[in-house]
Amino acid sequence: MTFIYPTDSNKAHPLPLSPDYKSSIKRAPNKPLIPMRHTLSELTGPVYGHETVREGDNDLTTQHTGEPIGERIIVHGHVRDEDGRGVPNSLVEIWQANSCGRYVHVRDQHPAPLDPNFTGAGRTVSDASGYYRFVTIKPGAYPWGNHHNAWRPAHIHLSVFGHSFVTRLVTQMYFPADPLFPFDPIFNSVPDEKARARMVSSFDLENTQPEWALCYRFDVVLRGKNATPMENH
Amino acid sequence: MQESVKPDGITPSQTVGPFFKYGLTPTGEYAWNDAFTNSTLTPDVTGERVRIEGRVFDGDGVAVPDCMLEIWQADAQGRFADPQDKRALPNASFRGFARCGTDKDGNYSFETIKPGAVPDPDGKPQAPHILLAVFGRGMLRHLYTRIYFSDEAGNAADPVLALVPADRRATLTAVRDAGKPVYRLDLRLQGDNETVFFDV
Repeated sequence: MTFIYPTDSNKAHPLPLSPDYKSSIKRAPNKPLIPMRHTLSELTGPVYGHETVREGDNDLTTQHTGEPIGERIIVHGHVRDEDGRGVPNSLVEIWQANSCGRYVHVRDQHPAPLDPNFTGAGRTVSDASGYYRFVTIKPGAYPWGNHHNAWRPAHIHLSVFGHSFVTRLVTQMYFPADPLFPFDPIFNSVPDEKARARMVSSFDLENTQPEWALCYRFDVVLRGKNATPMENH
Repeated sequence: MQESVKPDGITPSQTVGPFFKYGLTPTGEYAWNDAFTNSTLTPDVTGERVRIEGRVFDGDGVAVPDCMLEIWQADAQGRFADPQDKRALPNASFRGFARCGTDKDGNYSFETIKPGAVPDPDGKPQAPHILLAVFGRGMLRHLYTRIYFSDEAGNAADPVLALVPADRRATLTAVRDAGKPVYRLDLRLQGDNETVFFDV
């Protein structure tokens, strides 16, 4: 199948400059991006990195000698294209704070405890239908210095590849009905309300495992449409 | 499993944030293996081995210590390691992708080969180039740019460089060190000599 990547779809993304998010002020280009036609360079992309995915890398609760503290959760869903087709064989990398809202990163100075049994990094590859699954701990909210009393809503960072270099996506998955949403400039950097909603996972009772873990569903929709859709035939 | 449903749009981008290192570029500093390194080199790779290095600066000219850069490129014959490039060599181990985090002084480097010319949509050759994606705290979506090479005569006729005002083309051109297979290109996210970024 040949894919096309209309640039109109990029309107779902935040604008580079979002002044309420202070770090964007000196890091967003001043000059407009230059439009160009996609060439073979843009239309191809890496199918690679899978060999580094080890058994169990999608379970962030079993990477150490003991179990991490916090609420065990399942996060699963499909990587899809804009037509809704599953994107198979896509590397999905995640990283997150622990249940107290603390990252392992040396520069995270939030005075909440580190968990010796939780690093917070995982990766997997979507299957033939685009399906992926992680087991992890629900991350905590945490304060940051963007403005007075700024707190990030709980989130899991995701990095996904897809069919070409222009489908590359780094995003954050949020949890349903977080009371911090109205106050978070990163979440609200996405101008369209419906697009913001696509960053919020849904609670999945059907796949919640009794006596073990709540489940959240999160579909990741990447750029890419069939260049020759059926209705044109 | 849920059946395929037509989505109402793509998932929006969010910043990679300041704390990605232990997940995406641990490189010996954290107890996690790297999915990718800053090298595309494989034992079977042909072509000229080069190093591309530089620094990343923000709008105040301050070095950016928490960027992640990714490159994607063709092999020395201009073929991509992707079945969508029908000219790809199925058994070659060269992949053409690499990832690098900037250090505390904003430095990055890639070990790779100089790619061959890749056709544009009209079949005309593009000058050898590497695609570069720039991720970082403060960047709500990653930025796309290209790396060209200062010693390539083909730059003058390159259809993408032709879209760029002449006085900004130098921001896309890595400059070769005299006598060494090393190219240098600094990235400026904003301000004077701002790097050209493409809307792709």
